[in-house]
Amino acid sequence: MQPTRTSRSAAPLDYSLWLFTRLSGLGLMLLAAISMAAAFVMGGRTLLDLPTMMRWMFFPNPNHVINSNIPDVSAGWSNPFWQIFGFLLILLASGHGLNGVRMVFEDYLRSPLAVLIVRWSLLLIWLGGLSVAVFVIRAS
Amino acid sequence: MAASRPMVLRTGYRGKTGMLNWALHRITGLGIVLFVGMHVIAAFGLQQFGNDLATAITAFYESWGFQLFVYFCVLFHAFNGTRLALVDLFPGLLRYQRELYWLQWIIFLPAYLLPAFFLVQTGLAGG
Repeated sequence: MQPTRTSRSAAPLDYSLWLFTRLSGLGLMLLAAISMAAAFVMGGRTLLDLPTMMRWMFFPNPNHVINSNIPDVSAGWSNPFWQIFGFLLILLASGHGLNGVRMVFEDYLRSPLAVLIVRWSLLLIWLGGLSVAVFVIRAS
Repeated sequence: MAASRPMVLRTGYRGKTGMLNWALHRITGLGIVLFVGMHVIAAFGLQQFGNDLATAITAFYESWGFQLFVYFCVLFHAFNGTRLALVDLFPGLLRYQRELYWLQWIIFLPAYLLPAFFLVQTGLAGG
């Protein structure tokens, strides 16, 4: 179904990224399920409207979840476990997403120079985004 | 069962089960990148400068209409991605590809439409 399957023999990096996309996708759902279960355990059962649920599932961090209508979130989330957990989520999600954007671009771009520019831009955006994430997580 | 003739209505759609999902996977993936990008930039703008543009972007992606779109993107991408990752990692499942395809839609539709119904209901009521 996916055209990338044929690239398995094309380039080693392509195959690694093909595998990374699948594994990180499954991993992200596992992490999201864990943070949702933790939110239920920590007493969020009656507060889970859609935006709150997404805040909890995809970035379980006090600075993020505080935007929901929740009295006190800092107690449950301000510890190394959720800091590492949140960073792992961001790392997998941004890698998965930006690699997906790269693949979409490369399906339509013909010129190698354009591909090079896109790759380097996405790499810079990725690193910049990760530093912002580290900053936000460290500040929480 | 596979249809013995190509299922072409007047839509011009000639792909089999895979093509619609492939296109939707791509669109929903880009939709998630769009949302997360807007969210990060607007949150940064709100926190650091509190300017009108950041407020406007935030109001846009927090509207119930955009929530419908984001929820569709996240849910479809997750369901389709699970099916596709499982089939890719365990090629033996290819035998049941069509069944998995229909199973995916059978689970996806209620999982999307039920919350979507309440989103529209509260949205129309001005919540």
